[in-house]
Amino acid sequence: MARITREDVERLADTARLYILEDEIEQMTEELNKITEYAQTLQKVDTTGVEPTTHVIELTNIMRDDIPEEGMDRDLLFKNAPDHEDGQFKVPSVLD
Amino acid sequence: MSLFEHTLAEIQELLRKKEVTVSDLVEESFKRIQEVDDKVQAFISLDEERAWQKAKELDDQLANGEVDRPLFGMPIAIKDNIVTQDLRTTCASKMLENFLPIYNATVMDKLEKAGAITVGKTNMDEFAMGGTTETSYFQKTRNPWNLDHVPGGSSGGSAAAVAAGEVPFALGSDTGGSVRQPAAYCGVVGMKPTYGRVSRYGLVAFASSLDQIGTITRNVADSAQLLQVIAGLDEKDSTSANVPVPDYMKELNGDIKGMKIAVPKEFLSEGISEEVRRSVEAALAKFTELGATWEEVSLPHVKYSVPVYYIVSSAEAFSNLARFDGIRYGYRPEDVKGLEDLYKKSRSEGFGTEVKRRILLGAFVLSSENYDTYFKKAQQVRTLIRQDFDKIFADYDVIVGPTTPTAAPELGKLVDDPLTMYMRDILTIPVNLAGLPAISIPCGFANGLPLGLQIIGKQFAESTVFRTAHAFEQVTDFHKQRPQL
Repeated sequence: MARITREDVERLADTARLYILEDEIEQMTEELNKITEYAQTLQKVDTTGVEPTTHVIELTNIMRDDIPEEGMDRDLLFKNAPDHEDGQFKVPSVLD
Repeated sequence: MSLFEHTLAEIQELLRKKEVTVSDLVEESFKRIQEVDDKVQAFISLDEERAWQKAKELDDQLANGEVDRPLFGMPIAIKDNIVTQDLRTTCASKMLENFLPIYNATVMDKLEKAGAITVGKTNMDEFAMGGTTETSYFQKTRNPWNLDHVPGGSSGGSAAAVAAGEVPFALGSDTGGSVRQPAAYCGVVGMKPTYGRVSRYGLVAFASSLDQIGTITRNVADSAQLLQVIAGLDEKDSTSANVPVPDYMKELNGDIKGMKIAVPKEFLSEGISEEVRRSVEAALAKFTELGATWEEVSLPHVKYSVPVYYIVSSAEAFSNLARFDGIRYGYRPEDVKGLEDLYKKSRSEGFGTEVKRRILLGAFVLSSENYDTYFKKAQQVRTLIRQDFDKIFADYDVIVGPTTPTAAPELGKLVDDPLTMYMRDILTIPVNLAGLPAISIPCGFANGLPLGLQIIGKQFAESTVFRTAHAFEQVTDFHKQRPQL
């Protein structure tokens, strides 16, 4: 099993939309290695033909008539927004 | 004597006889919080004004003789990852430091309808990730039995608040033991119902296939009554189960003669302290006296529970916590350069270290080159763990063992070493992986710190779990001990 490198952690952080500070990155790399090494014990288990569990109780699709209901009040939805304008969430410009 | 020494049923009787008022109950709660919360630090927010207002309304109803709701006038504390309309809900994170929910979780609507009064929101590990409540952004909650020790976690604030007599009961959430473990450490009763028994609508999601809201109380009867109120199908949570909720109180008092108890040898193996082992053996002797029989069994795959749990829960957390983007709600820093920078800065500054560690682990196990080796493998082993339980429950009524390997550790001892911290969850995690109901009840002490006995039942067999726990409680007085604060 290849060890997780500093570059791997940087790539994972990018996927997760996180910055990892310089002084955190060594520690994160080491800890992730410890945890994943430990997780290697699972490789000893024979799981040939075993179905993965995604949920513990039987889930079925729930059907109901398509009747419109009152939604959440729009102004209320902006109550916790850091920035909004004219009924829209506001973000910095996406294109330079 | 504190009013909260009475059971819920006794308090309701006192209200009916007009020997106490709802205002008395609310006063008892805030007075105690005033006295001890500087030390215990169980609460992140209090809701004093509304609680008093509600108390007055209910006292008016009381004057008209309308004490007909199951939790009439009962003060309750709510873990801070359950959304409460217009009452700050932080998940103990900087990310949600100023978050004011615009709706109530389903359990909050149910509590309100039942007449309960929310006094405040309790401290927890950030986003419920941890077992000591030390990863909270705000404060470190102390164990009321010994202030140098942790209350456990992640529902540490809820367990400490009940143990310290600040409220008669509280709600928590349990993803890998987060209700049962702090209940054990604080000497109170913690119940995690079957997955799907209680609606998760309005519980801020950590790991959706494992999360379940649970109750923390001072005795088993209160636990049963509180679950009765919050349980049931909810159309707002498609994973809530369409299984009828029985009358728990009615089924509480039956005897346990002839009951078959399984004791997994893996739950009493190495790493379990001598005091814990002895307390469980003494409990088994009590069950024998009560007419039950017990046998040692094996759950061969539970030893893999910890890695399975950390893979599955971190993967689910990676996806659930993607919603915190600094745009619709939550923390957003000043001075960002473009959208990408906005996401990254909001999340990096808003989340604490443990949360980031788990998000990264989730990103790792879900990445295409690792998916089969880690994520799929963990889900397959999860199936084997479930099958282990199924086999035992074909022959036995309940499984009994300790809730934790030791009593509550000292503050600051575990938080620096994630792997050791994770290992402490080995007795509670398998229950979540299999979606079973389980309770932790007080069963002894080690150096003045409480120990918990865990009773696990079949899916949706909360009644059997309650009955077993109640039978034990009737012949012991561990649950009547109180910390000196």
